[in-house]
Amino acid sequence: MPDQEPAVVESGEKRPTGERYFMRFTRAQRYLHAALFTSFLGLAATGLPLRFSESIWARGLAKGVGGFGAILFFHKFCAIVLSVAFLIHVKDLFTRAVVHHEKGIFWGKTSMVANWKDVKDLFGHIRWFLGLGPKPQFDRYAYWEKFDYWAVFWGMVVIGFSGYAMWFAPFFAHFLPGWALNAVLVIHSEEGLLAILFIFSIHFVNTHLRPDSFPMDMVIFTGVESEEEFKTKRPEEYKRLAAQGKLEARLGEAPGIWQINFSKVVGFTAIFIGLLLLVLTLSEYFRP
Amino acid sequence: MKTVSSIALALGALLVFAVPRVAPAETDCLSCHGDKTLQDASGHSVGVDAAKFGASIHGSLKCGDCHATIKDYPHPDQVTPVKCETCHADQAAGLVGSVHANRAEHPCTSCHGGAHSIFPKADSRSAVYPLNIPRTCGACHGNAAMAQKHGLPNVYPLYIDSIHGFALSKEGLLVAANCQSCHGSHHILSHKNPLSPTYKTNIPKTCGTCHAGITENYMGGVHGKAVAAGNLNAPVCTDCHTAHAILQPTAAAFRMQSTPICGSCHKDKLSTYRDTFHSQLGSLGGYVETARCWDCHGAHDVLPASDPRSPIAKANLVTTCGRCHAGANASFVQYQPHANAHNRKLNPALYFVRLFMNLLLAGTLGFFMIHTILWLIRSRYDQIKRKAAGGGKNA
Repeated sequence: MPDQEPAVVESGEKRPTGERYFMRFTRAQRYLHAALFTSFLGLAATGLPLRFSESIWARGLAKGVGGFGAILFFHKFCAIVLSVAFLIHVKDLFTRAVVHHEKGIFWGKTSMVANWKDVKDLFGHIRWFLGLGPKPQFDRYAYWEKFDYWAVFWGMVVIGFSGYAMWFAPFFAHFLPGWALNAVLVIHSEEGLLAILFIFSIHFVNTHLRPDSFPMDMVIFTGVESEEEFKTKRPEEYKRLAAQGKLEARLGEAPGIWQINFSKVVGFTAIFIGLLLLVLTLSEYFRP
Repeated sequence: MKTVSSIALALGALLVFAVPRVAPAETDCLSCHGDKTLQDASGHSVGVDAAKFGASIHGSLKCGDCHATIKDYPHPDQVTPVKCETCHADQAAGLVGSVHANRAEHPCTSCHGGAHSIFPKADSRSAVYPLNIPRTCGACHGNAAMAQKHGLPNVYPLYIDSIHGFALSKEGLLVAANCQSCHGSHHILSHKNPLSPTYKTNIPKTCGTCHAGITENYMGGVHGKAVAAGNLNAPVCTDCHTAHAILQPTAAAFRMQSTPICGSCHKDKLSTYRDTFHSQLGSLGGYVETARCWDCHGAHDVLPASDPRSPIAKANLVTTCGRCHAGANASFVQYQPHANAHNRKLNPALYFVRLFMNLLLAGTLGFFMIHTILWLIRSRYDQIKRKAAGGGKNA
């Protein structure tokens, strides 16, 4: 996402270090991410038992919440929450692109749209993995972050459409051929599994568990990151802002202790639930 | 009229007293056996409750009518057992060849109760009164050890929790099926015997004694016709409903257990059904609303889709699907409830959708798995190297 007006950071106790903190995500973006991951965890936790309805843990979970009817109810509830979050995001994009004529939203260094640098970065990164070249200098959004974004965007469209097609099957049958009603379940479950496996393994590791961020990248919860982190992870953006003299405008307040602790509780809970669901899913794949 | 009967009574009385005694009088027997605690040498009770016996169906008989070998008083220690067949010849004939033919193991009293307190079967005190029959049979057939010894299922607990058992024990319905409604009484045969009412091909008729309408429907369906044609693999009533543990078919428990029963023969159909939303949502705990086999195919009069009367005949699909899916239209009913995404010939569109999704999943995960693993190794290596050179966490 391109830069927006940085939101006012919640005032809290300042940490004793004299480190400077810079804004990365606005409050609205963080709330959107929170809505996204809570509803996604809910969808995964209620969708997996439906997908693997023969498994022991699915039976246990179904029993725990009051049967599969209840599971379906929660699944639909989370689906509505996520759909609303998605629509808010689309409306936001629309406003910024059409109403405010924000060009950077589609093209440029802060856009989510992939560009030639992303292709070069991908190959450069792999060369670096293998010790064949220097580490690429990333800008505001690295290629894997853009992939994450578009994977979720595409995933929500595909899973959402196929889900609603099942929910309101007789209505969708007015536009869709009969075989499509069979296909939507296959699409919904496969794309759902892809999302679950991707988020709970690749996204978790790339964003939170890799050594640079271990055990958790707090920036999506607090909105700010330390200068050192900013410089290391996004040197291009840091250099560009410094050269343009815009660095000071991005200064934020150090996150309060409560904010850090709250974020840790929420974040680790989400990661724990995600990893648990990942193990359950994989256990079904590798069941003898 | 009154005078005539008085005279007849007087004459009758004279006649009785005029006949010489050949057997001991009842009072003679009861002088010893009237003591209810009386036991013989081997410890069996030989006491008789005169009042109870008097009220029983045999109350008008004299001791010697049954204990015919006892002529003298006192009688010898060993007396021959009573032969019920002297009077009950038909019943005794029925027992011959039945599963209870062994008279030593199954004396009449094992079902009819104490020898001196037998009541007519319409009397609620009788051991074979309809409401008492399950308990009477259950004395043996509710005994796990006995069932095991004879290789029989322990049926009493199954029956008593069934819809028939509930109707009988909770509602006191005399018409509810009890053991003998299906098995008969004296001439009970093994279900393996073609003459038995519980032999596979006889079951529809047996159940039809009460469920006449359903049996008629069943006989018109593919299963009924197959059984009538001698196909013993086709299901009869008990294959789906079980023999003893019969549940109310609308009950959640029955809806949950029924699909695998159909699937035990229709294996390919069960496997494709398992892949659908109907099964995924419906196969477990509590959610019983989704379509089960018979919701679409019918239960008793199952007919092939080619039969215009079948609920799955093309012309009837909108109605059949519409029972659950309000607003179902012609396009909606093209949905295939048994689609096989692995079969390219039968379901090409679905096959390729699945293939595309699988490739997408495998491709995306495969690429990023390698990407992430390489990244992890490299950044840890880098971190350690820099830390040694005095770098920080993110250095």
